[in-house]
Amino acid sequence: MVENRPYLTVLTHLIMVAGLLIVLFPIYVAFVASTHLTEDVISSVQPWFGDQLIENYGTVLQSGKENAGGVPVSIMMWNSTIMALGITVGKIAISIISAYAIVYFRFRFRMFFFWIIFLTLMLPVEVRILPTYKVVADLGLLDSYAGLTLPLIASATATFLFRQFFLTVPEELAEAARVDGAGPIRFFIDILLPLSRTNLAALFVILFIYGWNQYLWPLLITTDTDMTTIVMGIQRMLFVADAVPEWNLTMATAILALLPPVVVVVVMQRQFVKGLIETEK
Amino acid sequence: MLKRVTFRNSWLPYLLVGPQIIITLVFFIWPASQALFQSVLIEDAFGLSSEFVWFDNFADVFGDPSYLASLQTTAVFSIATTALSLSTALLLAVMADRVIKGASAYKMALLLPYAVAPAVAGVLWLFMFNPANGILALTLKGLGYDWNHILNGGEAMLLVVIAAAWKQVAYNFLFFLAGLQAIPKSLIEAAAIDGAGPAKRFWTIIFPLLTPTTFFLLVVNVVYAFFDTFGIIHAVTGGGPYQSTEILVYKVYSDGFVGLDLGGSSAQSVVLMAIVIALTIFQFRYIERRVEY
Repeated sequence: MVENRPYLTVLTHLIMVAGLLIVLFPIYVAFVASTHLTEDVISSVQPWFGDQLIENYGTVLQSGKENAGGVPVSIMMWNSTIMALGITVGKIAISIISAYAIVYFRFRFRMFFFWIIFLTLMLPVEVRILPTYKVVADLGLLDSYAGLTLPLIASATATFLFRQFFLTVPEELAEAARVDGAGPIRFFIDILLPLSRTNLAALFVILFIYGWNQYLWPLLITTDTDMTTIVMGIQRMLFVADAVPEWNLTMATAILALLPPVVVVVVMQRQFVKGLIETEK
Repeated sequence: MLKRVTFRNSWLPYLLVGPQIIITLVFFIWPASQALFQSVLIEDAFGLSSEFVWFDNFADVFGDPSYLASLQTTAVFSIATTALSLSTALLLAVMADRVIKGASAYKMALLLPYAVAPAVAGVLWLFMFNPANGILALTLKGLGYDWNHILNGGEAMLLVVIAAAWKQVAYNFLFFLAGLQAIPKSLIEAAAIDGAGPAKRFWTIIFPLLTPTTFFLLVVNVVYAFFDTFGIIHAVTGGGPYQSTEILVYKVYSDGFVGLDLGGSSAQSVVLMAIVIALTIFQFRYIERRVEY
């Protein structure tokens, strides 16, 4: 602050509060609606919380929304968790070892491999929808956790992040390890992995959010309702023909869908900010 | 690029890059080349035979008024989303940079929407704008405006733009704030001593110095609006009413999976790929320059 202008400070806080309202208001409205009876939210707005919190959340978690297929949201959340963790762990695992190979080994086709990985940056799933679906179908992976995760775990950004980080690790460490007779695997596990801890945590947060929030891919390859993930399952609840729209239940599901990634961001805020900034470098 | 001290091993490096290369080949390179291949073929109705047709599919795609309309819709959608989220984020970041008390609480809350899935963000706004019981729709009605995005294409577009921008503000805010904090305080102080007020300082010093950040975010936001917003469109409007919110990615999906037009959908995919490649190259060239700064 270079000067003291009280009116400007007040204005600043006013704008910040307005920003907060815009950001938090939609979540608040959804949460309030999820604590009321269906009749109370069907044609009017409820300003404050109702008393149906436990009933509504219990209903969606145990039996889902009857007129929308009735898949329990707990199953959807379980599927989302597996998908998110599968993508996160898979991406981190294959990226860190390939980055290790590219930085610490001299071998034929090294640059060729590097460019193949680079190419994946330019091929997001959205642009190769149909052929990727066909590959997964041919491999018999429709309606399976492998089909949900495998096609999404190749990632150039994670590989680049680790590569970037490995390049900053002092040469002396590898030298010392070699003098002491440690092989490449020993060096990786005992020295490089512990050094990568903060990067791993940052990447974990970003990738978990990415995995949990997947929409198009699960929509395509799951037809079995037991494989529905929560983020896509909520869409099926929106448009139900010939039935009372149970907005309270839909909103309870929406809150449950946004809760896990939001909690991760709140709890691991530092790693989250680091991850966001580093993966875009 | 490579360490001075390297390990020597004839098979280990291949084993290490193996998983990623296999996944990439099977799920990325192969499907992408299939899309390229399909885009120059026409299949008969039973999928029994296909005929090589050069660039007919592309000619069809670009001759199709509904595709051109979708192109226009995408342009409107991405420009509106980018403009709305960038300007809001910049305003909030400049304010957050000034705030001393409560800065971290503001920051925390403003980052939250990033964690919300695009489809869920769409559902939250859909609920508030629902004509029958949405708080904002009913408020508008009270003011004498009949909001109905189910029938009105312009309102449907506005709704998806708001939902898409709401989610992206968090990301832009973070990068603008980082950019602002990297500006040397001495520059601002010098300008203040010379008598420049806050507004003048912003437009003559802070905003020009933020240009690299702004350009970077511009590309990221366009990519986001093009590809990551599928969930919002699919959950909120389904491309409707009357294709008024049908962006390119949604059209690839609906032509390929609902309409089962293989060649046409592949040709559209190839066009999208060209767009991503152009954007990626643009971004990398730009980042290359940013390093030199």
